[in-house]
Amino acid sequence: MTAQDVSTLKAKPIDFGAVAKDLLGTAVVAMLILVPIISHKSVITQYSLVLETRWPTIAIIMAVLLSVRLAMHLFVWNRAPKPVAARSAGATKVTWTDTVAPYVLPVMIVLAILLPILAGGERRPIDLGIYILTYIMLAWGLNVVVGLAGLLDLGYVAFYAVGAYAYALLSTVYFPYWFGDGIVPWAFYITLPLAGLLAALWGVILGFPVLRLRGDYLAIVTLAFGEIIRLVLINWFDFTNGPQGITVPKATFFGLPFTAGEGGFAAFFGIEHNRIYYYIFLYYVILALALLTYYVTNRLRRLPIGRAWEALREDEIACRSLGINTTNTKLTAFAIGAMFGGFAGSFFAARQGFVSPESFVFIESAIILAIVVLGGLGSQLGIVFAAIAIMGAFELFRELNFLEAVLPAGTDPVHFRMLAVGLAMVLMMRFRPRGFVTRRQPTVFLKERKAVSGDLVKEGHG
Amino acid sequence: MEYFLQQLINGITLGSIYGLIAIGYTMVYGIIGMINFAHGDVFMVGSVAAFLVVLGMGLTGGSGLLLILFSLIIVAVIAMVVASAYNWTIERLAYKPLRGSFRLAPLISAIGMSIVLQEFVRVSQEGRPKPVQPIVTGGYELMTRVTEAGEFIVRLTNMQIFIIVSTLIIMAVFTALIQKTSLGRAQRACEQDMKMASLLGIDVDRTISLTFIMGAALAAFAGLMFFLYYGVTDFFVGFLAGIKAFTAAVLGGIGSLPGAMLGGLIIGLIETMWSAYFTVEYKDVAAFTVLVVVLIFLPQGLLGKPEVEKV
Repeated sequence: MTAQDVSTLKAKPIDFGAVAKDLLGTAVVAMLILVPIISHKSVITQYSLVLETRWPTIAIIMAVLLSVRLAMHLFVWNRAPKPVAARSAGATKVTWTDTVAPYVLPVMIVLAILLPILAGGERRPIDLGIYILTYIMLAWGLNVVVGLAGLLDLGYVAFYAVGAYAYALLSTVYFPYWFGDGIVPWAFYITLPLAGLLAALWGVILGFPVLRLRGDYLAIVTLAFGEIIRLVLINWFDFTNGPQGITVPKATFFGLPFTAGEGGFAAFFGIEHNRIYYYIFLYYVILALALLTYYVTNRLRRLPIGRAWEALREDEIACRSLGINTTNTKLTAFAIGAMFGGFAGSFFAARQGFVSPESFVFIESAIILAIVVLGGLGSQLGIVFAAIAIMGAFELFRELNFLEAVLPAGTDPVHFRMLAVGLAMVLMMRFRPRGFVTRRQPTVFLKERKAVSGDLVKEGHG
Repeated sequence: MEYFLQQLINGITLGSIYGLIAIGYTMVYGIIGMINFAHGDVFMVGSVAAFLVVLGMGLTGGSGLLLILFSLIIVAVIAMVVASAYNWTIERLAYKPLRGSFRLAPLISAIGMSIVLQEFVRVSQEGRPKPVQPIVTGGYELMTRVTEAGEFIVRLTNMQIFIIVSTLIIMAVFTALIQKTSLGRAQRACEQDMKMASLLGIDVDRTISLTFIMGAALAAFAGLMFFLYYGVTDFFVGFLAGIKAFTAAVLGGIGSLPGAMLGGLIIGLIETMWSAYFTVEYKDVAAFTVLVVVLIFLPQGLLGKPEVEKV
């Protein structure tokens, strides 16, 4: 398209009649949506249920909504259509992101390793770091199943639960029974691989029946499996202690408990006892686990099995016709994804010191999925940013006092965090379905490695 | 025998509610081939809206029967309109722009929407469940058997009659709508072949929007009855009810309307019978197991057509 053509693309004249009609329609629908649910709030008083009205809130929402829509009509939607830039497929320009990208991850790893030192003995940043790293690890694990193999798993939290309960039950009941109490300080190190194996086994057990399913049905079945495991954990009282949960022993530093006094970590190294050492230790454990997850998945992607996963995601029928064993491919994806979930679960149990079915509800699966989705389905670096954004935002919501001034009295900003996550998922699919990090490094290439934009790949994540 | 009869009545009542929700799943799946994951939450919105309207009208069990019936019809209409507005908006904002996007996009968007609806209601109405006095009261005693433990009375309550009869009426109206009107014809045409239908002058977007509206209206009615039957509703009821209704839709054969109703009845009966004869604690496990077994071994359902994946 030449410059002359561009100049002929003029702004459309605004049809005020149509705009008024549209605004009226918006107002009607918005009123229907807002009126019963927001305008009236049921409140339990001492004697009965009463309704409280909140008309001013509705007036504010309506005013904002209509003015935004009017502004869109006046300034955005009537703009001349942009000329379509000719884009040659395959060739992408080298931009500054390409130069910076290779350094992002190493810098982040160094920062992560230095965090306890940077925190300077404060507990809060370390806690937050542990929290975020747990979710990064879970999301990297789920990424194997969803991002690489393209199997939407809504019950991922089940494997997290398997790992957590494996640690809880083995360390409190079975190990002392089998090997005596002396084993307990070492339980974490023995259970960690076992929890991963058990979770992987469950991944295969749950993966096996669903091999024939794909897409939506697979998602629902995995959701059902996740819920079944949670409900069994709640109701099988003899085995799991039901909703009351299990208190589990703390992890030790290779047998040295983090306690004051003789035989403890501090005494052994001749330093002063401080609770912070335990959190620093936990931080490095989860950091190591997360990096292991990253490293293993990255290596696997270059193996035939990793390529088979990605091929499976793009086209299952083509895969089968090319002789890829789809059964094994799917099962390994499930098993490896589940294994990382199990590791994370085991760590979670050790960190919390307590497990109960409450921690493994569907919404946890949804949050992990949201991280993977926001990270751009398949991009490992994207997941790091998404996890920091979501989990960090969760924590920030607690601290945002200025929001309380904007929001009506009595509402806590914390309540809005899941609402924000849900909205983010919808908006992400709508506007950036390929994620924020769309750069893709191909694993197989001819002559030279060319990064491709996610837009050029069929399923949107190369 | 008497015990079984009582469970049968309870199961059919519950099944009617599930069946009405299941229709929304089945129609949407039939026409655009996606699971409207947020449908259970649209049911919840209908239920909460009905609850608020009932509270606002000050309806109690003490009013006369005719007055109650008349008021409930008004409540139902309001709840249906509100839920339809929700589902229409959801389709416009979250699903329509994603047609032609990659395979998992609409489902992920739907999961996001489901979270949004739940949290929206939770934030605006608080999380606590709020019980209401029973509104439709009374009933009939069908059978009595005297046992050592005391009398066992088989009851058919007015509420159950109301649920079953109104489900039948709604189903009759709905079937007529699908079978006889031009809207229903357009809907069935889009289900068979969307491209061809649009070539023949059917407004596909409008038909899809109307499908969402109809599904939401039925779900909202189910929501009203759910709230009246249990006397309580909250922001989370849509999750379990939605999954069970989805199971019903798949069991009956996804895309098939009589199948959805049949599936709903079967799921309702399984749930009630399981609670009655086995354990109440594991009734949801039973429902989920049915879902897994059906999806794996009978994905085409009882009344559905087998789906062949083409390249």
